Amino acid sequence: MSSQDIPEEKSPAEQGAHVAVADEKHPFADPGLPPHEHRIQDVDERAARRSERTVALLFTVSMLATVGFIASYVAIPHDKSIFVFPIGHLNALNFALGLTLGLALFSIGAGAVHWARTLMSDVEVADERHPIAAEPDVKAKVMADFKQGAKESALGRRKLIRNTMFGALALFPLSGVVLLRDLGPLPGTKLRHTLWSKGKLLVNMNTNEPLRPEDVAVGSLTFAKPEGLEEDDHEFQNEIAKAALMIIRLQPDDIKDKQELDWSYQGIVAYSKICTHVGCPISLYEQQTHHALCPCHQSTFDLSDGAKVIFGPAGHPLPQLRIGVNDEGYLEALGDFTEPVGPAFWERG
Amino acid sequence: MSTSETTESRSRGKAPAGERVADWADGRLGIYSLAKANMRKIFPDHWSFMLGEVCLYSFIIIILTGVYLTLFFHPSMNEVEYHGSYVPLQGQLMSEAFSSTLHISFDVRGGLLIRQIHHWAALIFLAGMFVHMMRVFFTGAFRKPREINWLFGFLLFVLGMFTGFTGYSLPDDLLSGTGVRFTEGAILSMPIVGTYISFFLFGGEFPGVDFVARFYSIHILLLPGIMLGLVVAHLILVFYHKHTQFAGPGKTNKNVVGMPLLPVYMAKAGGFFFLVFGVIAVIAAIAQINPVWAIGPYRPDMVSTGAQPDWYMGFAEGLVRYMPGWEINLWGHTLVLGVFIPLVLFGVVLAAIAVYPFIESWVTGDKREHHILDRPRNAPTRTAFGVAWITVYMVGLVGGGNDLWATHFHLSINAVTWFVRISFFAGPVLAFIITKRICLGLQRRDKDKVLHGRESGIIKRLPHGEFIEIHEPLSQDAMYTLTAHEQYKPAEIGPTVDENGVERKVKASEKLRAKLSKSYYGPDSQIPKPTVDEYKEITSGHGHH
Repeated sequence: MSSQDIPEEKSPAEQGAHVAVADEKHPFADPGLPPHEHRIQDVDERAARRSERTVALLFTVSMLATVGFIASYVAIPHDKSIFVFPIGHLNALNFALGLTLGLALFSIGAGAVHWARTLMSDVEVADERHPIAAEPDVKAKVMADFKQGAKESALGRRKLIRNTMFGALALFPLSGVVLLRDLGPLPGTKLRHTLWSKGKLLVNMNTNEPLRPEDVAVGSLTFAKPEGLEEDDHEFQNEIAKAALMIIRLQPDDIKDKQELDWSYQGIVAYSKICTHVGCPISLYEQQTHHALCPCHQSTFDLSDGAKVIFGPAGHPLPQLRIGVNDEGYLEALGDFTEPVGPAFWERG
Repeated sequence: MSTSETTESRSRGKAPAGERVADWADGRLGIYSLAKANMRKIFPDHWSFMLGEVCLYSFIIIILTGVYLTLFFHPSMNEVEYHGSYVPLQGQLMSEAFSSTLHISFDVRGGLLIRQIHHWAALIFLAGMFVHMMRVFFTGAFRKPREINWLFGFLLFVLGMFTGFTGYSLPDDLLSGTGVRFTEGAILSMPIVGTYISFFLFGGEFPGVDFVARFYSIHILLLPGIMLGLVVAHLILVFYHKHTQFAGPGKTNKNVVGMPLLPVYMAKAGGFFFLVFGVIAVIAAIAQINPVWAIGPYRPDMVSTGAQPDWYMGFAEGLVRYMPGWEINLWGHTLVLGVFIPLVLFGVVLAAIAVYPFIESWVTGDKREHHILDRPRNAPTRTAFGVAWITVYMVGLVGGGNDLWATHFHLSINAVTWFVRISFFAGPVLAFIITKRICLGLQRRDKDKVLHGRESGIIKRLPHGEFIEIHEPLSQDAMYTLTAHEQYKPAEIGPTVDENGVERKVKASEKLRAKLSKSYYGPDSQIPKPTVDEYKEITSGHGHH
């Protein structure tokens, strides 16, 4: 609290300039550091004691809160739920632990800050700055040293050493790059093929039963997968990421696109469920307008018109799967998708 | 020799234990020289200087809680059937990553709290960095000698975004999996190399069985390791450069006015760590974040509506949402501009703010050190550029949540998207113009205050009936503060003929610089500071005002 260690206190005369009315000659000149204003704690020992007690109280609260944290950890079962107004139902253990931990930490912080603000010296002090850049003689010394070192290494004179060294240093990181090769297989044509092939039945995703045309009502949206693909298959995630299908039934008269009509069966059309934008599964269907909407980025496709993009960031229509009905009356695929499903890529063409 | 040794050892024996430990360390680490320079180091005080502290402390909190989470998390995509204590998902197939996240949330006591602290702290860390960066930007604290520290900070922000992204992708839940799918789609859009990078990243086709483990090592080791290094470098430079300060009486470009590290800032800054941690702990106690159990495990053929990334990725999400779906098919190849342009823009927008310090120093040609902060109004073009940049960022955020805007405010999604598309171009221009005008208006007001004094609120009636408000002259402190800033003059193109009278070619860069300099410091871009003569003229003519 004393000011004896302040290196650069302004002389009283300079401080006086601040209190006085503006310097007549230089009204905008720097008046220098304003004099220190005492806080109540600096002049009134009783106020200082009050601050001391407040700080100590805060630290004590922190100790109690930590005890509370441990007690909560031991006492509260981890699946108990409590109602806290106005937040609602909370996990009791999480609530108690978080609150006690928060209080324990916050009180330490509040105590320390209160201590600093009320009891530690608040006299502002000035420190000098020095330019970051070195003085010319320092620079000259460094340059001379560097030249000497470079000369002694003879790097500039013995070009053969220099060039082969650069060559070696440039080449060796290639080993590290090569090692990355086995991070994954090459793409090949994998993105062009799905599990669908001629004769594969369309299986309802929810019931796991093969679909018949009469199962698909007008206006409904059904999700399907290829027969034989089960959820516990090792490759399920990778395969369903490409093969997921969206099936709707339209009035054949409503179908505007010629190919769509050809590839449909009694107004039942099957489109890839994977958005051609960045691959989200499309899951919203508006039956009045036959629009399908991707909930991720709002690309909108007109399923009655070749799944053309009518809004949003997708760049091309959803691929359609050509379907028919087999001898037993089940919907089946008449081949794989004829173009890659999902987001576009360089080799897509 | 022997006598001096004995006296030394005797005096050592008397020294307090703390001093002896310090002596021991000094003999090996030279800590006294370090402490001499830093123990009583002066830091200036301003509320905005605490924003960087929020970042530092939330970073520490993230590391502490993150280490705890690694004790229980299994970074594996092996399929398991869930048999934990969360009943609704009993018997469901999910990855080990997801099931161990459920285990942390429901079966490890306090696990949910630490998970929520970790996630909240990450959001606050990124928000803190954003605001801190803006503070540094708008006050010109990035100027020489601090440009490199600005870049360190910028890198921390960008790496923080990717650390956050790889982190929230780890639980392998339906929401984060959708985000990863989006990332895969964005990677695929890259010309020539896209499919290869995607296959190498995911170990084959999406989603594969590798990305959680790979993201895990990136999230807990690679990125935080780099960030820790950058944080240390950032802080070393803050100490080395000494903190900037706002103009004010006694504060010059050659000094730093404030209070010493020991004890004031030890207590204040140390205490502030506990305040930040305490507040985040309370938030984690009462505000649920990322309830993966309600979202469910990831399936590539499923999604929920209202899917949103964490806020700091919302700007990238927005770019992807409002970009029209352009695709060019040529010679058997596809250029997916609809996704690739947003990917590039993402980098360009971020880079624009990163390189700004170098552009400004080129325009001003100022090679001096700057330690006095600008008030944003006194650098109107910079401030306007910053606000325009924030506008682009915020437009991206609105675009990233276009579905939520539509559902919450009963708007058409198409209308929101079109609004955002137009705002992307018009917003920053408008923001630039408006901000610049506001800055100039504030400069005029400052000038008026210096010359005519402060409005006192006291109305006086003159003998002839006129009412005037009495203006009180400012103190010299206030006048100095309001006139302390420097005003640049626009750079001119040098003489177009050289000393021999031969016409020299004016380089395009020189012309551009002169033009920029004029737009920065021309008569339309700053209000001349009041001069002493103006002041004297006004104050000497009594009853003039």
